Amino acid sequence: MTQEKDQPVLILGATSDIAKALAHEFARHGHPLQLASRNISDLERCKTDLEVRYKAVVTLHRFDILDITTHHQFFSALQPKPYYVICAVGLLGNQAEQEQDVQQAELVMRTNYMGPAIALEAAAQTLIQNSGATAIIGISSVAGDRGRAKNYYYGSAKAGFTQFLSGLRQKLSKTKVHVMTVKPGFVATRMTEGMVTPKSLTMQPEELATLVFQSLKKKRHVVYDWKWQIIMSIIKMIPEKIFKKLRF
Amino acid sequence: MSFPVIARGLGRSYGDSSLQPHQTIDMTAFDHMLSFDESSGLLEVEAGVTLKEVLETFVPRGWFPPVTPGTQYVTIGGMIATDVHGKNHHVAGSFGQHLVSIDVLVNGGTIITCNKETNADLFHATIGGMGLTGIILRASFHLIRVTSAYIHKETMVTSNLDETMNQFEASATWPYTVAWIDCLATGQDLGRSIFYRGEHAKIESLSANLRSTPLKVGKKSKLSIPVNFPQFVLNRWSVKMFNAFYYWRGRKSSGAGIVDYDSFFYPLDSIIGWNRMYGRKGFLQYQCVFPKVSSREGLIKVLNLVAEAGTGSFLTVLKLFGKQAGVLSFPMEGYTLAMDFPLSEKNLQLLESLDKLVAEYGGRLYLAKDARMPARFFKETYANVGLFNAARSTYRTSDKFTSLQSERLGL
Ligand SMILES: NC(=O)c1ccc[n+]([C@@H]2O[C@H](COP(=O)([O-])OP(=O)(O)OC[C@H]3O[C@@H](n4cnc5c(N)ncnc54)[C@H](OP(=O)(O)O)[C@@H]3O)[C@@H](O)[C@H]2O)c1
Repeated sequence: MTQEKDQPVLILGATSDIAKALAHEFARHGHPLQLASRNISDLERCKTDLEVRYKAVVTLHRFDILDITTHHQFFSALQPKPYYVICAVGLLGNQAEQEQDVQQAELVMRTNYMGPAIALEAAAQTLIQNSGATAIIGISSVAGDRGRAKNYYYGSAKAGFTQFLSGLRQKLSKTKVHVMTVKPGFVATRMTEGMVTPKSLTMQPEELATLVFQSLKKKRHVVYDWKWQIIMSIIKMIPEKIFKKLRF
Repeated sequence: MSFPVIARGLGRSYGDSSLQPHQTIDMTAFDHMLSFDESSGLLEVEAGVTLKEVLETFVPRGWFPPVTPGTQYVTIGGMIATDVHGKNHHVAGSFGQHLVSIDVLVNGGTIITCNKETNADLFHATIGGMGLTGIILRASFHLIRVTSAYIHKETMVTSNLDETMNQFEASATWPYTVAWIDCLATGQDLGRSIFYRGEHAKIESLSANLRSTPLKVGKKSKLSIPVNFPQFVLNRWSVKMFNAFYYWRGRKSSGAGIVDYDSFFYPLDSIIGWNRMYGRKGFLQYQCVFPKVSSREGLIKVLNLVAEAGTGSFLTVLKLFGKQAGVLSFPMEGYTLAMDFPLSEKNLQLLESLDKLVAEYGGRLYLAKDARMPARFFKETYANVGLFNAARSTYRTSDKFTSLQSERLGL
């Protein structure tokens, strides 16, 4: 068995609030961290913070999820090779504007689906060469479980990402690469700042991070908060005829 | 048009000090730790870092904050702005006295680094300055070394105020002392207390099973109060029952023992939402301090008045302070009494009568707990307001940084 200190965790989209909470969770358990983002300078303070709090070993990497032609190169150049790869990249944006502006619509689709899918394909090809038990963790969303008027660009892109992860999991089922899909409901982050979300259904990033970490230990495939699991199983059952008239 | 603004940490001050209807800045996301020196214990953090995070990070490594209030749910910035004190004030002073340096954002966006030597006027005014001198961004202070996460605690019962005060004097060399007063006791029993004193436990004094991991405290289950209690739950009768029960329990458990730091310093933190016990209307805290010479008389008057009013205070805490520091800081050498009352017209009137006694005996009230003191009373009891205002005008922060409280107090 290798120890945590020999199992680096790569986080794509490390500036996200969920990613930061995940970085703390993994660092607390002794993992080295590879934080990747298009804004490395923003991450300097996070790096120091993780070093002071957990004496963690942290490296920073420049990474743009939209730059799809460089993803394979990014992974082959990365040293040391990560054990766990987490993709937290995402963009909610403004649905109404996306309906009017194809460029915004395209950006949401590329950021939530195309970029993450291609990046995690590259990740899988790297992880598979590792002799130990490794994992890919994709942060998708409950929004990908059923399309809604409120955010169907974001939701459909997340649906694509969810299905991609499902396929990847099937393909890798005989390998030591575990694929885990995380579908958060509301999380109190920069993305939902200013939105009014029901308190009892809104998680703190730290709570989600703990849930992800524990689920990884249990080798879960799809991770929901239990409340959202109930809600989504009901929402998925509503017949389309009724669903189309609902507004929420 | 420039609007006034106030910074807010975890919102644990009891009144209106971290509220500004125009702009209130939530500092809790500004929470990075910046450096730690393993040899000297010097820690540098952003102001939104919480005390809980400091404890969780450093107690397992053998370090403890130099001063801690009765809850871990406070930010370092808030601890500076209110210049919090703890059970060790008589030996360690308030939190501000342990600061090496702070960075303050003043009007116009300038960031000023200040300490005892440079920009000392801003430094001293910011400590206990309730956020009115600018936004505290970063701070550095020394942690103290501990060999265990446990406290050697002694519990004693006293039967009146004189005994209680004697106990404080007799325990002056103990780092942590505090007393819980039965606020409904009258006559001969007035001021009867459960007196606690403690010190960081040495490894030798721990039981064998704790000795192997002296810096580790197990996770405890927390009680949670999910809804507001109906108003009638807290009445004269229940407060009396509680006080009697607490005193009885203290008598039974008197003696020495080992407790983890959580139970010793933060008993209320283990009951999430304890404030809901006071119902929807909530409660008022009243914490006053009297100079040492007039403490005894002042306390007797206050306790008598409270006992007479009969509405009682659930938790009444007495503590001996050491020397005064800071411009607007609350502590002064003498005794401090903290009480809480359910909010009601009657209790508001009681507090007004208490104000008169506090002023008469040369005392003052803690700004972090105040939600109602009148401006005139504040100015009468805080001697350094002029000095404070001078520092604020030097750094042109007078109109920019204001809270509902400072507006109420005419600051
Ligand atoms: N918050 C919620 O309620 C919620 C619910 C369900 C799912 N999620 C998902 O959880 C994940 C984390 O979101 P969050 O809530 O923590 O929000 P967030 O703070 O807005 O995080 C979004 C992250 O995506 C990164 N990103 C966007 N475009 C990028 C690009 N082209 N290249 C590299 N990175 C890019 C952002 O980096 P920059 O800092 O460089 O912009 C940021 O780190 C997302 O996938 C989100 O969809 C969130």
